[in-house]
Amino acid sequence: MSIRVEHINKRFGDFVALNDVTLDVPDGQLTALLGPSGCGKTTLLRVIAGLEQADSGRILFNGEDASSADVRERNVGFVFQHYALFRHMTVFENVAFGLRVKPRRERLPDAEIKAKAKRLLELVHLDWVGHRYPAQLSGGQRQRIALARALAVEPRVLLLDEPFGALDAKVRKDLRRWLRDLHHQLGLTSIFVTHDQEEALELADQVVLINKGAIEQVGGPAQVYTQPATSFVQSFLGHSNFFEGRVVSGALQVEDGGLALPANAHADGSRLTAYVRPHELHVTREASGPGVEAKVARALELGALARIELVGVRSGRPFEAEIPKRELAKLALAPGETVRLVPDALRVFPAQEIAAE
Amino acid sequence: MAEAALNRFGSVPAPSSRSWLLWGGAALVGAVIYAASRGGTLPGGLLLAVYALFALLGIALANARSRVLPGFRLSLAVTILMLFLIILIPLSAVFINTAKLSWSQIWEAISAPRAVASYKLSFTASLLAAAVNVVFGLILAWIITRYRFPGRKLVDALIDLPFALPTAVAGIALTALYAPNGWFGSFLEGQLGIKVAFSQLGVLVALTFIGLPFVVRTVQPVLEDLDTEYEEAAASLGASRAQTVWKVVLPALYPALLTGFAMAFARALGEYGSVIFIAGNIPLVSEITPLIIITKLEQYDYAGATAIAAVMLIVSFALLLAINALQVWSSRRTERS
Amino acid sequence: MAGGTASLYARGRETQRGATRDPAWTRRLLIGLGLTFFALFLLAPLALVFTEALRKGWSAYFSALAEPDALSAVRLTLLAAAIAVPVNLVFGIAASWLIAKHRFRGRTLLTTLIDLPFSVSPVIAGLVYVLVFSAQGWLGPWLLDNGYKVIFAVPGIVLATVFVTFPFIARELIPLMESQGTEEEEAAVVLGASGWTTFLKVTLPNVKWGLLYGVILCNARAMGEFGAVSVVSGHIRGLTNTMPLHVEILYNEYQFSAAFAVASLLALLALVTLALKTFVEWRVASARSEGA
Repeated sequence: MSIRVEHINKRFGDFVALNDVTLDVPDGQLTALLGPSGCGKTTLLRVIAGLEQADSGRILFNGEDASSADVRERNVGFVFQHYALFRHMTVFENVAFGLRVKPRRERLPDAEIKAKAKRLLELVHLDWVGHRYPAQLSGGQRQRIALARALAVEPRVLLLDEPFGALDAKVRKDLRRWLRDLHHQLGLTSIFVTHDQEEALELADQVVLINKGAIEQVGGPAQVYTQPATSFVQSFLGHSNFFEGRVVSGALQVEDGGLALPANAHADGSRLTAYVRPHELHVTREASGPGVEAKVARALELGALARIELVGVRSGRPFEAEIPKRELAKLALAPGETVRLVPDALRVFPAQEIAAE
Repeated sequence: MAEAALNRFGSVPAPSSRSWLLWGGAALVGAVIYAASRGGTLPGGLLLAVYALFALLGIALANARSRVLPGFRLSLAVTILMLFLIILIPLSAVFINTAKLSWSQIWEAISAPRAVASYKLSFTASLLAAAVNVVFGLILAWIITRYRFPGRKLVDALIDLPFALPTAVAGIALTALYAPNGWFGSFLEGQLGIKVAFSQLGVLVALTFIGLPFVVRTVQPVLEDLDTEYEEAAASLGASRAQTVWKVVLPALYPALLTGFAMAFARALGEYGSVIFIAGNIPLVSEITPLIIITKLEQYDYAGATAIAAVMLIVSFALLLAINALQVWSSRRTERS
Repeated sequence: MAGGTASLYARGRETQRGATRDPAWTRRLLIGLGLTFFALFLLAPLALVFTEALRKGWSAYFSALAEPDALSAVRLTLLAAAIAVPVNLVFGIAASWLIAKHRFRGRTLLTTLIDLPFSVSPVIAGLVYVLVFSAQGWLGPWLLDNGYKVIFAVPGIVLATVFVTFPFIARELIPLMESQGTEEEEAAVVLGASGWTTFLKVTLPNVKWGLLYGVILCNARAMGEFGAVSVVSGHIRGLTNTMPLHVEILYNEYQFSAAFAVASLLALLALVTLALKTFVEWRVASARSEGA
């Protein structure tokens, strides 16, 4: 089922949680809502589920307006951040709950409910814990039970709120892969909320970047990483060196030097913010030419790559460059030495306040 | 709370059948009261109070947005209706009836020598009893949470006895204990010449009994939550045990002690059953304020009883506010640490 | 009563490490002081009730209890509790559902108002109903004309009992429900459960011990209330006497053994209440440590 979110606004008192959000979630895809905490991504998910009422705007399910539909009528599967398993029910009863509370005429016979709950437990590879209580399960197991419970009612869409947030790193990685496979297997339109970019980029077909209640960019994982649409996306995803300056005769003048800009792209005098990823920075000893001057603080060897930490000679800003280890050996940098950093590729945005990472 | 303030335009939910039921009920009650007041037997004050209630209810329901969790309107309606009908409207009778008296009538009732003597006794005895409870309540809470000794669980369970034991039973039991021929009385009065039963001291004993659980039960959870790490930190910094207790543990307990003190004090001010047997109720000496109200009622002096009740209520409400403020303050303090 | 709730969630701390250990003499002194105070103020009155009740032997004890006035007092006490507790149950559940699971304007004010009866003297609780329902009161003349008697009759006793026990169940449930949040209820609603199903199958099982605890406390107070009931009852023997009032009458008539015999029943009730309360606390604590 496709979902369309149209001009959704939501405020909590003076706090704007969602500011005119419009979004399309294509049928059968796995979409990630990614952003820093407090950006409104969970609110958006809850509005889609019907757990929160938007102040204005519409939610369309398969082109049908579902805005005024009750949570119960929306037929969504929701996996809560802390799973919200019913603590006084066995795992089996948790999974069967949604089937048991259906109105009598829609309810399956008891034997079928049992069979279905059992199938779902098998689907999440946990049929052997059915008689236990949630408190007796590990975090990863609870998460899978919560998912099985949500799937039991055959939802039209699956919504997951920080599905891996409460798990430790190792379990998180395993479950991520497992969820990816499950999604392929079921083909259910799914949206999950996360603040972990690695999670979003690895799992999702489509990534939605949200900041301060507004959507910054929507796109595939590779697209948002390599072609960030806004300076927020650029600085939020991955690591970037960041420069601020003014355009003087076609080049960006920053404190520690000048950076070449594409010809005629920016008017002289405009203030710009520029980003360069560490692996896009060249380290040279040339005394003149474009680039910024920085002092080497230290060099770290990490596998095939070496990371060089530097400090701008005039600005005192920290910079980071990543070069192949062989190149580092060739350069033979000494701490304290002044070098020139030349960017390969420069992504430029009009100057503005930078969102905290 | 602020979210409730926002009206959700666009999709105002249709009024449910329950809210129509409620409005119907409101109209019906209003009609009955109106009919009764036409008979000339009902004062306007009550009429006003009832209509204020339903106006409040209406406003509350009109403001209510549709919510995810069901039952908001129903539970709001039940809560407000019962609260008003059983508690607030009857309580307002005290103030409405007092307002009907002239100033001189009020002053005469509340400044009569017996009344004034009772304020002094109620106030002083309650204050002293609460103070005794702070000391022994702290000791009891401390030994229950920090030490292991035989019978600890029994002590812990029986601390709440004053809550569970009907006050009349407590009253006659304490009286029999401290009466001149009682277990304690024969010794105190016969050997030491201290008269407890049928004196002001008896009032103090009864109020101490009744207030004991308050301090213990407010201090105990704080003491249990107080991580021994703080004490270990103090010790590692060279503080002696006494310094640690005095400078680290006690300050953490102040809000709870103060809350317990205020609760015990408030309860003691209004206490009746456990006191009247042991006090002896000698006019100007050992009469407590609630007893003055009862005496006036028995003499059908409703005006006098109401005026004194109004004084007591004002003091109680002030104490309630103080206790609330204390709890807010103490929860802020614990949050900060 | 408010302080009595706290220990429901408390668990004893078993650790006592070197740096936090008090010297032996301090421990002995504090335990000695605490236990002496405990014995003098709590144990002695309790022991005295039973000693005095049985002073004239078991047969006198039972004949005091079998007296018609005593029996009718027991009946009235049971009746008052049988009405007051369900009324409180309805209110307590409605109020706690409202306050713990919803956010709205005036929520804090409402919470304070619910606590109000705790800070009102029981004597005043009785007085307010006299002001409303007595022959000189607001509704009294009209009700009397129509043949309803509230003050100096059973309805007044029930009303006064409801007043003094009003906050008990709500006070137990609100913090408990609040601490459990709303996620489980939301999960149930998303899965299609109706309001009642959500409450009965998800919320209620999670708060059942707290609810039971509130009912126990409420019942104890309902059966033991003296001051408020004393004001509205008129002390009519065999008609408007509850057990605590009957104790008072017997005591004032110098029938000490009979007074303590009836009092011993109430003291037993108190002990049963405390035992149940301890049991419930233990259940809650073990449910907590399971859940943690």
